[in-house]
Amino acid sequence: MWDELQNNARPLLYVGAGSCGLAAGAVEVIEAIEGHLARKKCRADILKVGCIGPCYLEPLVDVQMPGHPRISYSNVTPDLVTELLDSFLDRGEVFKPRLVGHFGQDGFNGTPKFFEHPMLARQVRVVLRNCGIIDPDNIDHYLARDGYKAFEKCLSLSWKDVLEVVKDSGLRGRGGAGFPTWRKWLVCRETKSDKRCLICNADEGDPGAFMNRSLIEGDPHAVLEGMLIAAYTIGASDGHIYIRAEYPLAIERLRSAIAQMRELGLLGDRILGSDFAFDIKIKEGAGAFVCGEETALIASIEGRRGMPRTRPPFPAVEGLGGRPTIINNVETLGVLPNIVRNGADWFSGYGTQTSKGTKTFSLVGKVRRMGLIEVPLGTTLRTVIYDVGGGPVKAFKAVQTGGPSGGCLGEEFLDSPLDYEALAAAGSIMGSGGLIVLDSNTCIVDTAMYFLNFTQAESCGKCVPCRVGTRHLVAILKKISTGKGEVSDLARLERLARAIQGGSLCGLGQTAPNPVLTALKYFRGEFLTHIVDKRCPAAVCRDLVVYRIIKDKCTGCQRCVRACPTGAITGPRSEPHNLDMSKCIKCRSCYEICRFDAVAGDAIIIESGA
Amino acid sequence: MPSHPFSSVVREFKGEPADLIPVLQRVQAAYGYLSQDSVRRISRWLRITENEIYGVATFFAQFRFTRPGEHPIKVCLGTACHVRGGEQILDVLTRRLDVQPGETTTDGKYQLDRVACLGCCALAPVVTISNRTYGQTSVLKLQQILDEREKREDA
Repeated sequence: MWDELQNNARPLLYVGAGSCGLAAGAVEVIEAIEGHLARKKCRADILKVGCIGPCYLEPLVDVQMPGHPRISYSNVTPDLVTELLDSFLDRGEVFKPRLVGHFGQDGFNGTPKFFEHPMLARQVRVVLRNCGIIDPDNIDHYLARDGYKAFEKCLSLSWKDVLEVVKDSGLRGRGGAGFPTWRKWLVCRETKSDKRCLICNADEGDPGAFMNRSLIEGDPHAVLEGMLIAAYTIGASDGHIYIRAEYPLAIERLRSAIAQMRELGLLGDRILGSDFAFDIKIKEGAGAFVCGEETALIASIEGRRGMPRTRPPFPAVEGLGGRPTIINNVETLGVLPNIVRNGADWFSGYGTQTSKGTKTFSLVGKVRRMGLIEVPLGTTLRTVIYDVGGGPVKAFKAVQTGGPSGGCLGEEFLDSPLDYEALAAAGSIMGSGGLIVLDSNTCIVDTAMYFLNFTQAESCGKCVPCRVGTRHLVAILKKISTGKGEVSDLARLERLARAIQGGSLCGLGQTAPNPVLTALKYFRGEFLTHIVDKRCPAAVCRDLVVYRIIKDKCTGCQRCVRACPTGAITGPRSEPHNLDMSKCIKCRSCYEICRFDAVAGDAIIIESGA
Repeated sequence: MPSHPFSSVVREFKGEPADLIPVLQRVQAAYGYLSQDSVRRISRWLRITENEIYGVATFFAQFRFTRPGEHPIKVCLGTACHVRGGEQILDVLTRRLDVQPGETTTDGKYQLDRVACLGCCALAPVVTISNRTYGQTSVLKLQQILDEREKREDA
């Protein structure tokens, strides 16, 4: 069936239309394509596919002519569409300027293979195998790629057999903590109850992480099939997907996918003629980071403030409405069909002794090739950042893993493997998979303060150490970043951080100090530079930088004079301008306009100094 | 705001207390915000005190209690956007529109908000205006976008 689609009689155009593609301008590109095809009276099919990974190349447009492999082009803008399409439709030629690669088995006119692109060559795509490849709104595409075969296989097995497969695969929860999935399931299954619940946690709250959004947008059925497998194993009849309201496209994809499942008898009573009954409801999260925590999530589904409660009882014993409830992360569920279909040994063939399989990461920040990636666990940070990501923009400083609960790891960790234990030993966590690269233009104090500002705002307020403590951490960091810090502040930060860790009920408070503690541990020097020398080496902390016009370079083009909102820059045309620091509010307008729009290009600099 | 009758807005719900958050979401989607009047009606209908409703509603970032602006502007301040200059974009916008995050301009045209993460991190910094997402923005680019919008409206 998938081959049939590949042998389309008409030209087939795939446009990357996930949230990232849309942000890069895919809508305008699709309009341009439709317009051009209409003008040429050419009949072609346009498929809006999810994110295939290299977001920095979006909008990606793939062209597949009958009898030819699918060929991918990057950074397509509306004004390039005519040229790109005509090269194919009229002349049968590859449009070289934006060529990325082809998806065929054999070579095609000497073009490279898409999956040999440096960003993709080191990846192993298991969870992401369909993302960007299939039409996420069409269940037939998913079925054509062996979709729901794993679930069918489960129906012929007992729940114990399925649990055994998951146990042997070594799968650990992909949401952050890395708890063995099978163990949680067994507790739930063995708790006596009239009804059990399964919740898919799609409340992807870590800022800087978008793995779950991309997976749902690109291949919703993988997650839904995973839910069927999990529900069958734990004996759940009641399913919920708790998803952020900030992800409207993902919600839309899920709604349409669930409707298609219902049509095919994959939801409801007697699924596929078996005794198994299960249904899924979508619950839109109303925006609270703490609702990623299991008990807070349940409180929010029940219509209350999303505040965590003490455990035990764990949700697997007493959860939603008092019933045994399993909460699994999107990726944990999304990988299940692959494990059941290919076997536990295949899955555990990837990874390390304790961390099996592959994991998706969102590789962003100051790195050259940004996007969504999937690599076997145990891959070193160096491979991920340099081979996959193409290296940092400027000199490497650190990589932040695990979001607001994780830490900043410096150069000495580049060769350590990405696995649960190694990251925890370094004082960070695996988390859900955000990898944010920081380079020499990023300030560690500022980054730590950013995360603490976040957790401070998101603390639910139940535990005093978390509610008040994070506020004080922010205050001390603010003091340091404005050049008013004292050396004794560092010890104060550490003492306070330990108290918050020890005195908080849930994961939010227990891990909130991690960004500060790792920053202090590995980048103490940078804190001291802020405190003792009153300098920010990365020229980020606003109170510790100055803007300066280099007289020799300034051509007096007056662009910055017009851009400055406070009238701090003055000067007649064609003469070097003056910058009055007493009026400057450091808004960057002049700096950017000089780089992008002015004659000189680099006459205005931001440098460390007061 | 369109004047949908309250009963038709919440028709799909049975009126159970556990429906509170979806009901609030539905009401906000219909009226743009949670007015005191809406909260009073929900309170009577679900038999939950207004106090409790405010307790829940203020806990979550999604709910607003004032009339929204015509064009909501959301500045993403996720980690990737932060390290690529999202903060400065928010700064410039607060100055240009003369509002603080969470507020609406006096002419009711723009409403400025900060959001934790829109999930388009590879295109940071990201800003959305109404339903359009702008990736790889900068202080400069955003000024140009707003200039163009205003020019279009004047024309």
